[in-house]
Order: sequence, then structure tokens, then C-alpha cells
Amino acid sequence: MDILKKFEISDPYEYVAHLKKATGKRVLAYMCSYTPEEIIYAAGIHPFRIFGQVEAISKADAHLQAYSCSLVRGALEDALQGRLSFVDGAVFPHTCDSIQRLSDIWRLNAGMKHHFDVVWAVKLHTDSARKYMYDVLVRFAKELKQSFGITLSDDTLQKAIATYNEIRSLLKTIWQLKSDNKSALTGSQMNAVIKAAMILDRDQVVSNLKELIPSIQLPPQTEKRKRIMLIGGICNHPDIYDYIETSGGVVVWDDLCTGSRYFEGAIATDKEPLRAIADRYYERNICPAKYRDYYTRAETIKTMIKTHNVQGAIFLYLKFCDPHSFDYPYLKEALDEVGVPSILLELEQQLPSEGQMKTRLEAFIDMI
Amino acid sequence: MAEPQEKKDNRIKSVKRMKEIMTNYYIEAKTAAQNNKKVAWITSGGPVEPLLVMDVIPVYPENHGAMVGASKMGVGLCEKAEEMGYCRDLCSYARSDIAAAPINGGPIGGLPKPDFLVCCNNICGTVLKWYEVQARYFNVPLFIFDTPFCHSEMTQEAKDYVGAQILEYIAFLEEQCGKKFDYDKAIEVGKLSIAGQRLWQAVLDTAMHKPAPMSAFDAFFHLALIVTLRGTQIVVDYYTELLNEMKERIANGISAIPNEQYRLLWDNLPVWYKTKWLSDTFAAHNACLVADTYTTAWCRQLDYLDENDFLKSMVEGYTAIYLNISVDQMAKAVIGMIDKYDVDGLVMHSNRSCKPYSLGQYDIQRIVQKERGIPSLIIEADMVDERNFSEAQVLTRIEAFMEIIKSKK
Repeated sequence: MDILKKFEISDPYEYVAHLKKATGKRVLAYMCSYTPEEIIYAAGIHPFRIFGQVEAISKADAHLQAYSCSLVRGALEDALQGRLSFVDGAVFPHTCDSIQRLSDIWRLNAGMKHHFDVVWAVKLHTDSARKYMYDVLVRFAKELKQSFGITLSDDTLQKAIATYNEIRSLLKTIWQLKSDNKSALTGSQMNAVIKAAMILDRDQVVSNLKELIPSIQLPPQTEKRKRIMLIGGICNHPDIYDYIETSGGVVVWDDLCTGSRYFEGAIATDKEPLRAIADRYYERNICPAKYRDYYTRAETIKTMIKTHNVQGAIFLYLKFCDPHSFDYPYLKEALDEVGVPSILLELEQQLPSEGQMKTRLEAFIDMI
Repeated sequence: MAEPQEKKDNRIKSVKRMKEIMTNYYIEAKTAAQNNKKVAWITSGGPVEPLLVMDVIPVYPENHGAMVGASKMGVGLCEKAEEMGYCRDLCSYARSDIAAAPINGGPIGGLPKPDFLVCCNNICGTVLKWYEVQARYFNVPLFIFDTPFCHSEMTQEAKDYVGAQILEYIAFLEEQCGKKFDYDKAIEVGKLSIAGQRLWQAVLDTAMHKPAPMSAFDAFFHLALIVTLRGTQIVVDYYTELLNEMKERIANGISAIPNEQYRLLWDNLPVWYKTKWLSDTFAAHNACLVADTYTTAWCRQLDYLDENDFLKSMVEGYTAIYLNISVDQMAKAVIGMIDKYDVDGLVMHSNRSCKPYSLGQYDIQRIVQKERGIPSLIIEADMVDERNFSEAQVLTRIEAFMEIIKSKK
């Protein structure tokens, strides 16, 4: 599958810097799936997600305590080391306490020309919150226009909505093929695809995904491996999928922000565009830093388990991630109730040794 | 170390009365059901005044956390929470409270069961998760008062959103309590709340005097009332009494520590299980922690609160508070306190349990250094979980820090 090469990005920063040079487009970095990328894209600016790449932290240690997660520290390290010098600015949606403070620290130290905070509502179940979400988006669009001296028409917004709906729908198709045992893609390849969808030029993403899907489709396969679901925040560890697969498991679905939380939920095309975009962020499956009611996440995950015949779940958490860690005992209990065994892997930027990971995963998958 | 005899004379007399008030408060809260009163658990920075209007007894899990820490029961409860599946890196207030609930653990045999919960996220996102856990455990309604973070200013849309939530909050309380909200009573409660906060600020302000009649460690203790009983006459009466005592101490030349030569500012929550040790250790160097950023947080909203329209003024009063603002705004507030209390150094508690308070401290330290050039010390610890405190290490750092302070003066 040569097409897969188009999703393999050895150095995302180099790619984006090159894209900027080649197209003259301005670029905005972000770290969270609550970033309203659609508006950035509509404004003719290239949005791309940073995952925090540097493994050895030195400069960020002067700003962040060791009890911050590796994503927050890694991203700041990249910025302070000048690895993001080609970036015009960063966008910080309100997420967790750490990202909230990172936004301040970034604004004060990263030396970027532009900085945007998108202070979304935290509770997403009231009319006033829905209205506020829209107001926040209107402000963000206005700030974007003022900062970059550009215009944003309803037409360009509608086009952006169409592009993003298509990307999300194509990604969902890829995930569904995997769930249906009709996909030739491995888990780590899927991880590469979705991360690339947050980095590459989005028009390119659409055409790449369209080209990819027919080439990965297989007739339904007999699958003897145990059906696994991942639950957590971002997964920047493609190796995990390999370890699961060689241990006799296969990831058939996830509740990750580099997974289903990113692609679930289409934007309505029959409303005022900003309202439609705001509504999607208001309605999408929540991450644990947001609130709908205190049973929502377990119910959503239980539905996923049923829909995708999940046999075992792996909680994939970044160390020091408070919102996810608070949800763990309750989600584990919910899984126990429906008879789905689970295991918690708490990770830092660097994975523990391969042997150690494999032993744990093999023992877990054997038990299912 | 100070002479024991001398120290005894220095004690604040109001402490006894304060203990009585807190004991009565908890007795009343624990017997609420017998008296047909409802109990609501609420976050420390939450809008409590509407609860008082509805005759609901507010209970503060964070105050409970502080008591757990001060009574050195934190490690046991935190370990219990870890057995329940809560990661050791999570907030130790949350862990100890979550662990105390099913076993009636902690120094007062557990908090009274809530009829409903009110969570305001102006202090952190952690309370949101913590209250979800407790709402599931007690199976009671949860109201979220969502106060958007103010990175630069409080935007008009945020004001509208919080304004709408005040009405939603009142409607929620009417439903929970089965009675109408008394707007006339709200005016009275609002006035008492503002009066209490003004008095608390006045008490803290007495530490501007050299030598300071009270220290931050005294403030940590006397803080409990402005947190738990804000909006009642009890607070107004008590802080009036306390303020008089402070004025008397100044008049009689009684100071918090016997020989105050160096004045310091504390940042972040107390290290509850080490307050006495820290106080004594600094006092041994003739250093008094005269003020802190933590206990003043309960009067900062005075800038926004309006006696004549209290409910509406709660919008900014509860949103633009200390922890809900950006690092640079916090640094500005710290510098304001450095000037106001004329301190020689800054002591920052890097608190593993509190990311909104601790992340950004290194930048605040640099800003303070640049703007005021005073030395600062960072103490690595945790407010409740003693496993994250190394006495030997902290002592060494305090000694080194005090050498610098002394060499500069």
C-alpha cells in the first residue's frame, strides 16, 4: 500500500515548515481536540496538532514542575528549543488545569506572534452553555480575523465544514472497517493515519483518505485475536498497538482524542456555520475534563463496547493526567459490571521497555 | 527557637472562641437531618450566599481536607483512596475526602451526608471530577457553577453565561428545597458576606504593622470561618473580636514571633501537617511569614462585590478570583502583596496536589525577581499527603534561603 506512505510523517514540524514555505500559508499549533480547527482552516490558516516530541526535557523544567504531564512539558520544550519557530501562533482551548496554565506560560515565554485562548464552557448540558459556546466561537473568529487581517465568509466556513465532515466520516469508515474485520490496516498504521489527519494539509488529507480506503478493504476476515478497546487521552505510542497485536489482541475501537472522540459527530450543514460548529463541540462525546452528567462517559463507553463486541479494555493514560485518572475507578467498575476485563497503563513520553510492556499485555490478553 | 514561656504569652486568645464556633458548626451540620435542615457540599470558592438564603447548611470538603491534613490523617486516607483505584498523583484533598466518605473516616468521623452538591470550578478542574465522584457515591444532584477562566479579562460573553447560571442556581435551589428564593434575605446575606470579607481583610492587614501581630500560620487557622460561614453574623462578630485583639496586640507590642527581623510572604496552600514545624523553623531565624496569597483569596472578590446588587455582582465576584486568572495577573497580585506587607522574601509551596496554584510559580518567581529583586524559596511538598515532604531537605533549603535573606538585609 504505497498510499500509506502519504500518512507517514517522520518529522511533522519539518513537514509543516515546508508546507508554509511552499504555500505561504500561516500556521497555528494546537494541542487539544476541542480546538475549532474548522475556523482556522476556513481562514486559510493551517492548523496542526503538536504531540510534544522531545524526549529529554531541559528548558521546560524552568517553567513546569515535574508533576506536569509529558504532553504539556514536551510541547513547551519544543517551543522553547525553537523547534516551532516557523509557527505563527498557538490556540489553547480550555481543557485541564495543566493546559490552562501552559497557555499562560506559553504566552509569556514561547515568543510567538499570536496567541488564542478558546475558553469553552466546562459543563455541556444547559442552554446557557450552548449559547456561551457559540459566543466563544464568534469571539475566536473575530480575533482570528483581526490578528491576521483576513475575512471569513459563510461560504468559506461552509466549505470548511464540508471538508471536516468528510475527514471525520472517512476516519470513522476506517475505524468501522477495523471493527468489522474488513481492514488490512494494523493499529499502528491507523494511529499514523489519524495523527497525519491532524498535521497534513486538510485537502490533501481528504484525497489521501479517499485513496486509502479502497486499498485497505478486505472481505470479512476470520479474526481469532481478542477484541480490544483503548480508553484515554492522546495516544502517541504506535508501538502499543504492535505489542497488543503480537500478544493476541487487536484494537477494534477506542475512546481517545486521537481516535473516536476526534471523528465522532458531524457538523450540521443547514445552520449558520459558526452555530453549527459550536453545536458540534457542545454535543460531541465529552473528554473527562468536561461535564455532561456524572454517568455520561460510562454509558458512552458501554455503548461502544456493545456496538463493537469489545472483549477487553486498556486504559491508556498519561502520567499526571488528572481528569482521566479521576474517571478510572468508576469506568473500571462500569466495565466490570458488563464483564469486560480491563488494565491500566500509565505512560510517560517514553514507553517502558518492550519486554515489560509485552509481559503485562500478554498476561492481560490471555486472561480475557 | 523561641522561649516556651515567651511563646505562650504570644498566643492569640480568640483561638478558643474560634474552636467553639467550628465545633458548633459541625454539630449543627451533622444533626441537620434531625432538625429538618438540608446539607449541601460546596467548593471553597463557590457561591455560598444563596445556600444561606435557603437555610441550607453548607459543608466544605476542602475544609475537611485541611482538617485531615492538620490532624496528620492524610497518609492513611490517601492510601485508602489509592486502594480504591485513585492514582497517587491526584489531589490529596480529593483523595482523602473520597476515601473518608464510605468509612466515616477523618478527624470528625466523616462529613454529614449531602442532600445535594454545588461545585464551582473557579479554583480548579479537579473539583469537577471530585464532585462527580461524590455525586455518584451519595447519589445526589450536582449543580455545576461554571466560571470561565480569565486569561486576560472577563469577557462579556462569560459575564452573560455566569449571569445566566446564577438564575439556574437559584432555580436548582428552589427545586431542591421546595420553596421560593427570598430575594430580601439575599440582600441581608450579601451585606453580611461583604462585611465579613472586609473584616477578614482588615484582620490580615494588621500584619502590615512591624512587628506583625499575627502570621500567615495564624491566618491559616482563622481562615476557616470566612470559608465556611461567610454570609452569617457569626463571622462578622468573630472577626470584629479578632480584629480588636490584633489592634490590642499592636498597642501592647505583642508580635507573632518574639523577635521579628525578617518578613516573608507565603504562596499556595499551607502544608497542613507541618504548619507548626515551618512556623518554628522560620521563627528560629527571626523570620515571620507575615502574609500569604492563600487566605487573602477570600477577600479579593471585594473589588467586584456590590452590597446594593449582590447577586449580580457575584458574576465577577466569583469568576475573576485569584486562581481563575492568568500567571502574569497572579504575579502582579504577588508583587502588590510584597509592597503592601513590605517583605524581604517569598516562600512558595510547590504543591503537588494543586496544579492551578503551582504551575506557573517558576514564572511568578522570575517576574518577582525582576520587578522587586527579592529572594525566593520553593518548597516541594503537598498540602495533605506527608509522603511528599522531606523534612531534612526542606530544612536545608530554608537554612540556605535564610542565609541569603540575612546577607541582603
